[in-house]
Amino acid sequence: MRRYQRSHEPVVWALFGAGGMVAAFLLPVLMLFTGVLVPLGIVDSATLSYARVQAFAEHWLGGLVVVGVIGLSAWHALHRIFHSLNDLKVGARRLRFMLCYGLAAAITVAAGVLVLAA
Amino acid sequence: MSARRPYHRQVTGRWWLRNPFFVRYMVREASSVFVLGYSLVLLRGLWALRAGPDAYAAYLAALQSPWAIAVHGVALLMVGYHTVTFLSMTPRTMRLEWRGRKLADRTIVVAEYAALAAVCGLVAAGFGVL
Repeated sequence: MRRYQRSHEPVVWALFGAGGMVAAFLLPVLMLFTGVLVPLGIVDSATLSYARVQAFAEHWLGGLVVVGVIGLSAWHALHRIFHSLNDLKVGARRLRFMLCYGLAAAITVAAGVLVLAA
Repeated sequence: MSARRPYHRQVTGRWWLRNPFFVRYMVREASSVFVLGYSLVLLRGLWALRAGPDAYAAYLAALQSPWAIAVHGVALLMVGYHTVTFLSMTPRTMRLEWRGRKLADRTIVVAEYAALAAVCGLVAAGFGVL
């Protein structure tokens, strides 16, 4: 009897697609503020104060946003890295698969645990 | 053994360097490295937040180093390139209809930029700008 190999693609495609939306719509403006404007002092650093960010992450919706942005960005990026390495003729498909999607899963779980560990 | 002996052209990992279109494609794909990096930067921040005020202050101080700011600037350009190309190709990857008629490409792109502006406005408001 022939055994068919199921593709992993439909499962990761949803995470990749959702992450693509996050990466396209949210990441540039977030990078601009957290990585450039606040560190340069152009925007008041109190906006990223410990108490303020803590309060944001404590709220259920804020926590969901934090896990969503970190996790979906990771899935999106690592899905593309997995396929781009294929484009670059890097072999070791199974190892590459485990490393890319394993890291994405680990980042998501770590973000979830850190948000819940109040 | 089949008598058929098809010719397979050798493809190396540098195939994309021959054509500027493929170079742009690979530059766009390279932006994913910065997306992953930023995800890790945010995760590190979350870790520091949970470790307490001192660890979080050290995290914010690290973000102020000239290298950190420069890398974030490059990341912003790369991910911005991903955003612009993402928005311009949506009409080709999604067929949207309104009352039985296909939406014009232009309508979709304008709506997307309006959504992008709304998201940016929301984040800017969160940072006390606007």
